[in-house]
Amino acid sequence: MNLNLRDPAWTTYAQMFATARWQCDLRNLVVFIIIFLLVAIGVGLLLALLLDRKLVGSSLFRNMFLFPYALSFIVTGVAWRWIFNPEAGVNLLFSALGINRILALFGAPPLKPGWITDPTVLCPLNDILGKVFPSVNDLAVQLGIPVALIPLVIAASWQLSGFAMAMYIAGLAVVPEELREAARIDGATEWQVYTRVIIPQLTPVTVSLVIILGHISLKIFDLVFAMTGAGPGFATDVPGVFVFEQTFKAIRYNTGAAASIVMLLLVAAVIVPYLWGSVRRSR
Amino acid sequence: MKSPFALSLRTGLPRSFADWASLAALCFFLVVFVMPLYLMVVTGLKEGTNVSLSSMWNLPQTLTGGGFSEAWKRLWPSMVNSLVMTIPATIISAILGAINGFVFSKCKFKGSNVLFIVFVFGMFIPYQSIIIPLVKFLQSVNLYGTVVGLIVVHVIYGIPITSLLFRNFFDTLPNELIEAAKIDGATLMNVLLRIMLPLARPAFIVTGIYQFTNIWNDFLFGVTIVPNPKAQPISVALNNLSGSFSVDWNVVMAGAVVAGVPTALIYIFLGKFFVRGMLAGSVKG
Repeated sequence: MNLNLRDPAWTTYAQMFATARWQCDLRNLVVFIIIFLLVAIGVGLLLALLLDRKLVGSSLFRNMFLFPYALSFIVTGVAWRWIFNPEAGVNLLFSALGINRILALFGAPPLKPGWITDPTVLCPLNDILGKVFPSVNDLAVQLGIPVALIPLVIAASWQLSGFAMAMYIAGLAVVPEELREAARIDGATEWQVYTRVIIPQLTPVTVSLVIILGHISLKIFDLVFAMTGAGPGFATDVPGVFVFEQTFKAIRYNTGAAASIVMLLLVAAVIVPYLWGSVRRSR
Repeated sequence: MKSPFALSLRTGLPRSFADWASLAALCFFLVVFVMPLYLMVVTGLKEGTNVSLSSMWNLPQTLTGGGFSEAWKRLWPSMVNSLVMTIPATIISAILGAINGFVFSKCKFKGSNVLFIVFVFGMFIPYQSIIIPLVKFLQSVNLYGTVVGLIVVHVIYGIPITSLLFRNFFDTLPNELIEAAKIDGATLMNVLLRIMLPLARPAFIVTGIYQFTNIWNDFLFGVTIVPNPKAQPISVALNNLSGSFSVDWNVVMAGAVVAGVPTALIYIFLGKFFVRGMLAGSVKG
């Protein structure tokens, strides 16, 4: 094995960033993080607020929503791969629910998502961004939303929305009832009580969730590996899978190591300020 | 470490339109959340010949156990591997975490808070970032490909979170306990063994459950450190089951149920502690 430093020392990094696959990985990572955080945190907040009305069956609902969190990403990935089977699964569900019949009324083609095997990239951005940043034109990747990422976002949200819900329930428990009462007495509508009083009070929880779920998405590997792998045209490839395949399948230790250091830096950029802040606050 | 889930919720019947709408929304989400679980169990219960794509949402026509006997036959060796790996790793990392947590909470020294941050950062380091040196190191000490190697790795990777959980717990105990014992002539070791550890039983339960779930569900370490399929943990075995070319979906789904059962049981019977660990592991400080 040649252990001498390459000349210049960052050659491996430069080569890696020039490959279409690594550029796909970074695009997928950004798209996945944005959509997944919006869905998981949004659903988690909605569930927590619905449960906060303290209706019958609250504990049953709560326990079922958190249940997927106890399973492994591999179990989740394997199950959802079956659901998103391009020939059946959700397709049958859309038909059974009558969605396709409604679409037919408007003359639209039936919804038949072969998402997992679809290399299409929605909302292509290269042309628009290329006008502002000319360097975008040099990219080897189609920027946009890869369709094949949608099943991954759904599966990950299924597993982790319950966690967001639990965090919000914990946060709601410390929002004093007097605060809501005071707002109601001051003439706030029920909607305003939520948007002006309760949700702002939950901001620290939201920040924590963005950090925790964000860093989980930066590292995500098991779910992608079990569900789609690198995907059609690397449409679902992420750095976690890239490191694994470069290191253990292609035996390119230098590329694998370079990618893993990029992952470490991304996670550190998110986590170090968060840890620093929370430890300083607690002192 | 009081869990908000422990609060008794005073629940009531819906009264207003908003209440009914909320209940309907909750039921909708319940269906969405249960749907994959339903599909896993139902597909697992079907015989191989009955697993067809067009009837995948239907209930099984016969109740003969479907893919479960085959899944169990193929997964139980790795189930044993997982238990042999998870139980010692959980216990050892909890003990080390208890000692660390005690020191970080009750024996503060110059720079101990900074050191603690460095410790906690350890639990966020991506597995991928250390995997190459880790494999090289395990090869050099002849632990590569062994369950012992996996245990060592999980113990070390568990130290940050176990230290955090125990530090948070010991922070809730008054310092006067130690002062009083010291006046009575107890050494620090005595304080730890005779006073602190017996009091820390709840923290051991929370930490144990947290670690058991995490280690049981791990995939990357299992697949990279143990190339021999006979010694691999269950998450890797399950993935191999579904990765082969001719996929028997009834066996795979039954396997997913089997692999999920241990942590599911923990969640069902010890959910309160599970939630406590989960929240404490995410809300720092």
